[in-house]
Amino acid sequence: MAIPARPALPQLDVSPHVRALILAAAWTIGTLAVILLIGLVLTQTEDVFTWSGYIQQIVSGLAQGAIFASLALALVLIYRTTDILNFAQGEMAMFTTFIAWSLMNHMPYWPAFVLTLVIAFVGGAAIERVIIRPVEHRPEIVVVIVTIGLLIALNGLAPWIWGPEVKPFETPFSNGTTEIGGVVIAYQDLGVLAVTLATVLLLWAFFRFTTLGLVMRAVANSQDASRLLGVRVGWMLALGWGLAAMLGAIAGMMAAPTQFLDANLMLIILIYSFAAAVLGGIDSPVGAVVGGLILGVLINILGTYVDFIGGELRLPAAFVVLLVVLLIRPQGLFGHRVVRRV
Amino acid sequence: MPLLELMDVHARYGPIRALHGISLAVDDGEVVAILGANGAGKTTTLRSISSMTRTSGEIRFNDKRIARRSPEYVARLGVAHVPEGRGLFPELSVWENLRMGAVGRRRGGNFQADAKRFIGYFPWMERRREQPAGTLSGGEQQMLALGRALVGRPKLLMLDEPSLGLAPTVVRELFATVRRLNEEEGLTVLVVEQNATIALDVASRAYVLEVGKVAVEGTSDELQRHEGVRKSYLGY
Amino acid sequence: MRWVDRAIGPLIFAAAVVVVALLPRFIGEFRLLQFTRVAIFVIAILGLNILTGYSGQISLGHYAFVGVGAYTTALLSLGRPGLEALQLDPPDWLPLGDGMTPVFTIPLAALITGVLGLIIGVPALRLGGVSLALATLAIAVSFPIVMKSFEEVTGGGGGINLNLPETPFGWDISTRHWLYYEAWVTAGILFVAAWLLTRGRIGRAWRAIRDGEVAAISSGVNPALYKTLAFGISAAYAGAAGALLAIEISYVNPDTFPVSESILLLASAVIGGLGSLAGAIFGALLLQFLPIYSQNPPILSFEFADQAPSVVFGVFLIVFMLLMPGGVAHFVRAVWHTARGRSFRRAVEPDAPQGGA
Repeated sequence: MAIPARPALPQLDVSPHVRALILAAAWTIGTLAVILLIGLVLTQTEDVFTWSGYIQQIVSGLAQGAIFASLALALVLIYRTTDILNFAQGEMAMFTTFIAWSLMNHMPYWPAFVLTLVIAFVGGAAIERVIIRPVEHRPEIVVVIVTIGLLIALNGLAPWIWGPEVKPFETPFSNGTTEIGGVVIAYQDLGVLAVTLATVLLLWAFFRFTTLGLVMRAVANSQDASRLLGVRVGWMLALGWGLAAMLGAIAGMMAAPTQFLDANLMLIILIYSFAAAVLGGIDSPVGAVVGGLILGVLINILGTYVDFIGGELRLPAAFVVLLVVLLIRPQGLFGHRVVRRV
Repeated sequence: MPLLELMDVHARYGPIRALHGISLAVDDGEVVAILGANGAGKTTTLRSISSMTRTSGEIRFNDKRIARRSPEYVARLGVAHVPEGRGLFPELSVWENLRMGAVGRRRGGNFQADAKRFIGYFPWMERRREQPAGTLSGGEQQMLALGRALVGRPKLLMLDEPSLGLAPTVVRELFATVRRLNEEEGLTVLVVEQNATIALDVASRAYVLEVGKVAVEGTSDELQRHEGVRKSYLGY
Repeated sequence: MRWVDRAIGPLIFAAAVVVVALLPRFIGEFRLLQFTRVAIFVIAILGLNILTGYSGQISLGHYAFVGVGAYTTALLSLGRPGLEALQLDPPDWLPLGDGMTPVFTIPLAALITGVLGLIIGVPALRLGGVSLALATLAIAVSFPIVMKSFEEVTGGGGGINLNLPETPFGWDISTRHWLYYEAWVTAGILFVAAWLLTRGRIGRAWRAIRDGEVAAISSGVNPALYKTLAFGISAAYAGAAGALLAIEISYVNPDTFPVSESILLLASAVIGGLGSLAGAIFGALLLQFLPIYSQNPPILSFEFADQAPSVVFGVFLIVFMLLMPGGVAHFVRAVWHTARGRSFRRAVEPDAPQGGA
């Protein structure tokens, strides 16, 4: 892993914690300002515009974005620990969601949810050890193709096992809506946001406060240095893939209720999540989450308020935005490394 | 029985052979230096001990075969290797780097106590606990790397070119610390150095490598009087 | 026996030409169509090979270029009158002409797609491996959607019906035979062109860039120029393939060019052997026949489910990358060298993908 350059910010003479807080505050204020600005623009351009409708779109966009954020986080996790882009992340998530579906036919939701996470973890770790380990040090294209092979295989395997019909997927959140300050919000959206927030916090706590998390961060920094300290790097990589698979499973189980479960559930989501990860900076977990949320809101707003785009062209439109950002700032919003090999 | 023994070790990087039959030994409690010019194979020797290169020949540590195993295995046996360039985790804080040193230890020992004792040698580290290691100066990084190695309570400490890029005063302080650790705690040290003068000051014995072979070996006194060594490596 | 090594390449090529020329005599009309498709895939994979195998830029969207070529041919061969007859209403500024014999649209489609590739190649320079893969994936996903939305030109979801293919110039062979030879002659010409390119200065420059841009720059190679060129050339190849495809099916619509085809194209190119032109043939054969045979294996007596091809393809990919990343072409070469009594070291092989330092 290349040693990242010093952060581009001016070096303030305060502790890193304070600096992080200031940064977070700046970002929050900036984001709110942008939202306000766009809203003001829309009052002029749209025939029918209500602030509550606008906020509604933002909230449901956030919920959609939360799903992107989960999968994007999985992608970043794997990229940071093993320097690999796992194109199969979405299909792995889809597959585990199918497993969850099977389990939920025999047991209540939350036990099935937890059991799925365990299975996902084991599966992800197993894939790393058996399939990825042998090709880890080969050229990039080889590893990319292996993950693509996994993608193709899983995409065919799922309907083979469970049949090609679309399946309904349970949700633990009630189907209704609630009203907060005049804005109508679906419980489903709130639930997805809450679960994602909890997941992100737990993950953060794991990496920040546990020894295992520390070791994984060290391995992401430098595998060789970790080896010299006696760290069994192989197991850490498998652990990384296991965690990522869990994140993917969560993303899948959050998406399935509204987008229905079939083999292609996660394909488009994977593409958006990829875009989110790259937008945020492929080596930045914070970037993945922020990127996912931004992208979710963006495509919702674009789809709702820009007539030309409508429902169909949201994906290309999002990509245009992404490409523009990348051309200006190739390392993404929060990333440190420009993603290229020299 | 020596703590560390290399017997006729050959090593190569792909098709390039770097070591052509190195034999050396380090006894418990000694400080031994490996000297030589750039490219002589000094770093390769340490890397071979840590199982980071492909080797033939035998390497024994504490009477266990360690050649052709893995770096993790060797580290867990109690060999602390501070590589060229220090091998710190630049994004982790000073304290976190130290903690990582304790991760691979086999058993026993109290990390907190060990860390406190080490920080006792370097009080400035207490103030900088949360600072990312990548922002420290060269000398501070070297001290941190040393501390990280020591926190794991190693049986053998291997230092690769610790003086590289450091100011002379810092180098003196570093080696003074090494000598203290050896004298007070009985730490066995194998140090690879281009700066032969200071290395021979601290070490009791040394090997001089040239082109992947041991050219001269002996006690520090012998080497300091050896005409070839004096001319080529000590400058007088 | 040095001359055997140097002669073997051209010899095999000559043998292949003979096989291709004589094949129609031995197979039925249906098979003829399948092998026509193989030729089209060969052209497309050759292009992808140039982009990813030789100049090291990963593209997950190559089939979109094929689509561009196909639509271009459709528009050009029908011309404005033909399109209006289909109730389409293309804008006036589009230089559509009055329709032309399909075979002449092939070089035009290749040219137009090639220019598009050059245009895309410029911003692609700024993106690294990961971002480029994502960007090309984005193009592949967006292509069918965009084609569907520009209804007035492309016929939207319904697509464009071309006139049925017919043997031009009054020649006296069946249409299917004509299509077969049309495709394979084009493939042959483009194969030789690719061979000349990769053997020459441009090919050396590509290989230098693929193996390490910094080193390439210091040997005086301008990476930006050659990488963009690679994009353009590979797009041109895809455009030619698309043109042939449109002529053969005599129908284009967005669903013919889903993102999955782009992914499978790359996969086939890799299994065939990146960095090796002959690998394109293996890849094309795989792409055409693997889905068929994994659903209906010839010797076994039962049928696998619809999804079997995917699973088999995926497993194939993984197994090949684990055991033989150089692809089939590499394997064949290894066998050849072993048979000649020489040890075969992968590191020495100049054409196998090396990856960045």
